[in-house]
Order: sequence, then C-alpha cells, then structure tokens
Amino acid sequence: MSTAKQEREPLFSSKNRKLLTSPLNLNNPITVQVLGVCSALAVTAKLKPAFVMAISVTVVTALSNYIISLLRNGIPPRIRIIVQLVIIALLVIVVDQLLKAYVYDVSKQLSVFVGLIITNCIVMGRLEAFAMSNKPWPSLLDGIGNGLGYGMILMIIGFFRELFGSGSLWGFPVIPQSFYEMGYKNNGFMILPPMALILVGIIIWVQRSRNKELLEEN
Amino acid sequence: MQELFNIFIRSIFIDNMVFAYFLGMCSFLAVSKTVNTSVGLGIAVVFVLGITVPVDYLLNEYVLKAGALAWLDESLADMDLSFLSFIMFIAIIASMVQLVEMVVEKFSPALYSSLGIFLPLIAVNCAILGGSLFMQEREYQTVAQATVFGIGSGIGWFLAIVGIAAIREKMRYSNIPAPLRGLGITFILTGLMGIAFMSFLGIKL
Repeated sequence: MSTAKQEREPLFSSKNRKLLTSPLNLNNPITVQVLGVCSALAVTAKLKPAFVMAISVTVVTALSNYIISLLRNGIPPRIRIIVQLVIIALLVIVVDQLLKAYVYDVSKQLSVFVGLIITNCIVMGRLEAFAMSNKPWPSLLDGIGNGLGYGMILMIIGFFRELFGSGSLWGFPVIPQSFYEMGYKNNGFMILPPMALILVGIIIWVQRSRNKELLEEN
Repeated sequence: MQELFNIFIRSIFIDNMVFAYFLGMCSFLAVSKTVNTSVGLGIAVVFVLGITVPVDYLLNEYVLKAGALAWLDESLADMDLSFLSFIMFIAIIASMVQLVEMVVEKFSPALYSSLGIFLPLIAVNCAILGGSLFMQEREYQTVAQATVFGIGSGIGWFLAIVGIAAIREKMRYSNIPAPLRGLGITFILTGLMGIAFMSFLGIKL
C-alpha cells in the first residue's frame, strides 16, 4: 500500500478550469442539458432584469453546490431531496431580501421568478449530478460555470429582445431617432414571451451546426 | 359563481402556465416525446396543483401573511411571516408529491412505472411552486377561488404538454435539418403555440 500523501490538486488545474468553461458551450445548462429554461424565457424582455437574474442564479447555484458538497457524506439518502430544497430555499430567501433592498425596481419586475430559483432545474440538477459526489472546491467552480453558461444565454436573448423590441439596451435608447423618422418601428413581438422560445431554438440551431457532436440521433 | 368560472377559464387559456409564463418547461420538454406519458404526467400535475394551491392558501391566510396570526393571540397581530413563504410552500409541495406518488403506486402501477423519475420530479416543477406564488401575489379572497385557480392551472399545463406531444409524434416523419431536430424544433414549436395562445388575450374576463 503506497504511503505517499495524495497530491492536492492545484486550485485552477486544467480539470477545474474545464468546469468553468464547458458549461459555456458544449455542456450549456439551457441549450444542452435543458435545465433552467423557465426563468430564462420569462425575464429576458430587457437586459437589466436578465442580468440580475443571471447573477442571482449563479450565486445560488455556486453556494448551494459548495454547501451540499461539504455535507454530502452526512446526508441520509432518504431525506436527500428535502435537505437540498431547504438549503436552496434558505439561499433564495437571502438573495430575495438582498434584491428587494438594493434593486427594488428590478425585483418587482422579476416578481415570482426570484422565488422560482428554488425550483430552477439547474440548481437541483447540478446538486444531484455533481455536488453530491465531488469535493467542495470543484463543486463551487461547477456551480459558477453553470451559472455563467446560463447567464450567457440570458444575455444573448435579452440583448436581441430589448434591441429589437424596445430599441434600447439596458434602458438606454440606441436606435437613432433618424431611423424612427424613416419609418422603422420597434418589433413589438420581441417583447412577448414566445419570441424568447424561438430565439433559443435558433441559438440551438447555430450551436449544433457548429458542434457536430451535439446532434441528436433521431 | 361567475367569479369562480372566470378564474377557471382565465387560468386555463389566458394565464396558461406554459405558454404565458413558461413554467414547468423542463419536464414539459423532456416528457413530451410520446402522448401516453404526457397524459399521465399532466394528470399528476393537475392533481398536485389542485391540492397544494388551496393548502398553501390556507397557510398563507392564517399563518404567513402580515397580521395573519391575530386569531391565535392579539399581541401577534403585527407579525409578518411572509418571508418564510418559500420554504413553507416547498415543504407542502414535497410532502404532497410524496403522497401522490404513494397513491399512484398503489392504484396504477403501470402509470407509476411509465412515469419513472418524473413523478418525484413534480416536486421541483416550477409550475407547482409558481401556482402557489401566483396565488399569493394575486391575493385571492376565498379557498374556492384558490382551488379553482389551482385546478385550472393544472388543466392548462395538461393541455399544453399533450398538445406538444401530439405534434412531436407527427414531426418525426418530417424532414427537419439535422441541427434543428429534436430539441431545437420543439423550442420553435412551443414558441409558435405560445403565439397562438396569445389570441386568447383579447377575451375580457
């Protein structure tokens, strides 16, 4: 039996860096794992709520991944789901109170969707798939990575929806007045939720065209 | 009576959980490959929503909201426990789903095995928690209103998932470009169905 002490993996080894980068493309939570779709569609009419939502989900996913990973060997299997839900719910309550305190107008726009982070499949999905069987630091990185992947898709959708739907970005008008005078009108459709679904479909189309390994069998 | 009917119709068509608010999308996209499993899951969702929304209403009315505890003791009249809503609602939902799972296993083992993992996953279906949170936000006045809202939302979700499953079964024989097949076209289809459901927005109820 080897008596050599196991080498501690460097904090940002290539394996750990992969945890941060793979959810940005090949393992994207929304377009590949099909998690977290509900909130991604509902809050992206404008960039600012999309951004706040992305930050909130990243914080909750990262911290819950970390905490559950610390506890993973002590949780009895039968009450696993309940323990996970309790931890997530506590984190979301804290995030919700912080949002109400510091960005009240955005928290009103997000309304029930902040609470719905509890049932956001990304949080539970990564807990089950990763944090329950990995060490705390990689779990934290995995949570941050998936939060960033989710956030990236949210920003893309929010960008197009706000640009074409309201002619502005982050609340600042960007389409010059001369365009409006020439007859250009904001595309009202973009503000409505179904367009977000069609945008995600197009993003999936582009992503799968560029990465052949993501194509489905049937 | 008129009010209850209005809430019922509104929650099925106008405030449809899937097409207006995009709740419950994950299991919606994952289970809708065949109509049979979709029907089973849809009925389970109707059942769970129909029970959890009224129970959460009672909890909200008599325990959680501002001034709710006045019936227990006058001095507690200014307590506001609504920040505990998330955790209480999710606890009710988790236990109700456990109950539904036991009932289904007893009375219909075939359905139980065909639903597999998705039955316990109803607990984290955002449509269920969303139903309770909307009930809280919209401040319904009576238990009857809350129940009708719950059942109506469930039926709306059921309609949505069975509809998209029927279309997906037919789409298998269509010539869709490879990168769009499966998930991509389902997103676009759901978007188109969402646009169709928007036609209900003009109804004044």
